[in-house]
Amino acid sequence: MSFKHKHLLDLMDLTREDIQLILDTAESMKEIFTRSIKKVPTLRGKTIINLFYEPSTRTKSSFDLAGKRLSADMMSLSVSTSSVVKGESLVDTARTLEAMGADAVIMRHSIPGASHLLAESIEASVLNAGDGSHAHPTQALLDMYSMREERGKIEGQTVAIVGDIKHSRVARSNIWALNKLGAKVRVIGPPTLIPVELEDMGVEVYYNLEEGLDGVDVVNILRIQLERQEAGFLPSLREYTKFYGVNERILELVGDEVTVMHPGPTNRGVEITPGVAYGDQSIINEQVTNGVAIRMALLYLLTGGEKIEETTN
Amino acid sequence: MKKLLIKNGKVISPADGLNGELDILVIDGKIEEIGSELEDKEAEIIDAAGKVVTPGLIDMHVHLREPGFEHKETIETGTKAAAAGGFTSVACMPNTDPVIDNASIVESVINKAEFEGKVNLFPIGSITKKLEGEELSEIGYMNEAGIVGISDDGETVMNSEMMRLALDYVKAFDLPVLTHAEDQVLSGDGVINEGYYSTVTGLDPIPAAAEDIIVARDIRLAELTDSRLHITHVTTKRAVELVRDAKERGVKVTAEVTPHHFTLTDEAVLTFDTNTKVNPPLRSEEDVTALKEGLADGTIDAIATDHAPHAFEEKNVEYNYAPFGISGLETALPLVITELVKPGIISLEEAIEKLTINPAQILNLDRGRLKEGSKADITVLDLDEEYEVDVDEFYSKGKNSPFDGFKLLGRPKATIINGEVVMKDNQVL
Repeated sequence: MSFKHKHLLDLMDLTREDIQLILDTAESMKEIFTRSIKKVPTLRGKTIINLFYEPSTRTKSSFDLAGKRLSADMMSLSVSTSSVVKGESLVDTARTLEAMGADAVIMRHSIPGASHLLAESIEASVLNAGDGSHAHPTQALLDMYSMREERGKIEGQTVAIVGDIKHSRVARSNIWALNKLGAKVRVIGPPTLIPVELEDMGVEVYYNLEEGLDGVDVVNILRIQLERQEAGFLPSLREYTKFYGVNERILELVGDEVTVMHPGPTNRGVEITPGVAYGDQSIINEQVTNGVAIRMALLYLLTGGEKIEETTN
Repeated sequence: MKKLLIKNGKVISPADGLNGELDILVIDGKIEEIGSELEDKEAEIIDAAGKVVTPGLIDMHVHLREPGFEHKETIETGTKAAAAGGFTSVACMPNTDPVIDNASIVESVINKAEFEGKVNLFPIGSITKKLEGEELSEIGYMNEAGIVGISDDGETVMNSEMMRLALDYVKAFDLPVLTHAEDQVLSGDGVINEGYYSTVTGLDPIPAAAEDIIVARDIRLAELTDSRLHITHVTTKRAVELVRDAKERGVKVTAEVTPHHFTLTDEAVLTFDTNTKVNPPLRSEEDVTALKEGLADGTIDAIATDHAPHAFEEKNVEYNYAPFGISGLETALPLVITELVKPGIISLEEAIEKLTINPAQILNLDRGRLKEGSKADITVLDLDEEYEVDVDEFYSKGKNSPFDGFKLLGRPKATIINGEVVMKDNQVL
């Protein structure tokens, strides 16, 4: 089976088979990590551009490392949002990247759907590295990979996503992926941070953390954005932590079989205590490692590099 | 003496009780005679066999962008688009730069339309100076200069006391107040309807309640002041119910709906195509059904386009950065026929009422009828022509239409203003 999509914009349009192919491909990519020389020539001669309209050290580095491990020529372009407001157009930037011979463009942007606009404006493959509150497909895929690796399967697992669902691209992409792969999805958070008609995406909504976590296999904790309090969604971070923070007591309550995940970076002591973040049940570090494998798999699948077997050294 | 004879068409003018195969003889810009088998050897003949002949269509809600935003549209291009769409009269909103908030700008718009306009143009003045919602515009002076209503369209007069004063004050001039119903605090930075699709796309939502709250408020204020209120671009189920209920109580309220709001739902936003970005936003299936019910039972009086042209580069950006609005004049009538008349939601007569006599009455225009002695503003329609919308063929500078490529049924074939044929066979003359 081959990957039939030119771009990776969100997970809504991918099939279960598409997702499984990406996860399986990532497995062979992860094998490269174990070698003494962690680099293969698969994407030699390909130009891949990181186009970041928002600062993001983690995702950007992860893509950068993924591209380099496949021997692609990586280039980074950081665009400040202020220059966009001044009239610099994304479409013009896309044309510039095209003129530079980009084979793939990885974009992070604050506006939902921005990667769709880029994909319409450019011949190169577009990888959405997060567009506003809409989608963060590579994060969701690395979450699926990590979950599958840790739990052995995704189908039939009950996964709770905790936090600011309303503004979370991670939550939305996770919901699509988990549903396609046969997991049961719950979301838990304060009502002001749960978007309307979310149940229609195939999730159960809980406003109470302990109730929501009862009987789950995986808890995926989202980073709470500090500005949500300023915008009036929350009375205070202190109150958020009391009612929705995952701490050792909560973890004890749900049992030691539950896997803890977080897309990072964590607000230590706010949505998660350091003890939980670095405890035995946490796979936060594995998520980071797997992120590189997933991004390698996607760069490989989308830019049509040479077969991995042929290029292994 | 200039003569025009429109022959063999099915003449429908609801206000005049006309619905049958009749000929219309026009002499020097006025309707001379309506009857069977009229003959005049000197007259230019329009053969309307198999077509429908109606009073000239009236769009009571357009944005022509001049003065100030001529890169989006001008009075010349906007009125050409109107002629191409079968409209003989349009009323233009005041959110220009400068705002149409005083008599001299009203006069300048009217003068410009006289020289460059293709169709009749009736300006609407602002309710408040610079649309700021703080001080009443000089409504009396603007009335003398020729406005047909007042509106801060695009902005809501959020101060209820100011809105009350406006409704009270216009009674001296018998003008309607056209309200843009949006609680702008509640809609915030929203760009699409709040619902399943805002949740899926992550785009900032505008709840239907933002519209409902202001519709309810303004109906109550119209009741308090016993003044004429017209609600522009109604989009929600609850707003339709509020208008229906107010009409039953005898409140002087009227309402309009746009073709894009009765045709599309917010599902269209899934593409992130900025041509789906409109204010008020495209609503849910349930709302669209309610709009159709409101059209059918007479709760909604008029169909207006809210023609909002924008330059290509302004829309070819990220969704949040794009301006709100659809270029609507050239697809309105085909959408009415395809979406409302052919499926039997409203009759052809009702559709013509909502595009002619009803907007004329709301704006106190001496138009929208076909009777002997009246100005010969006439539209000829072909109900059966199928065609594919191509925005590149628009006369409007605004190519921002979500209907590009849509296959529609029914098309205006001739637009006649004061006895002059200004559009024939889809060509503006």
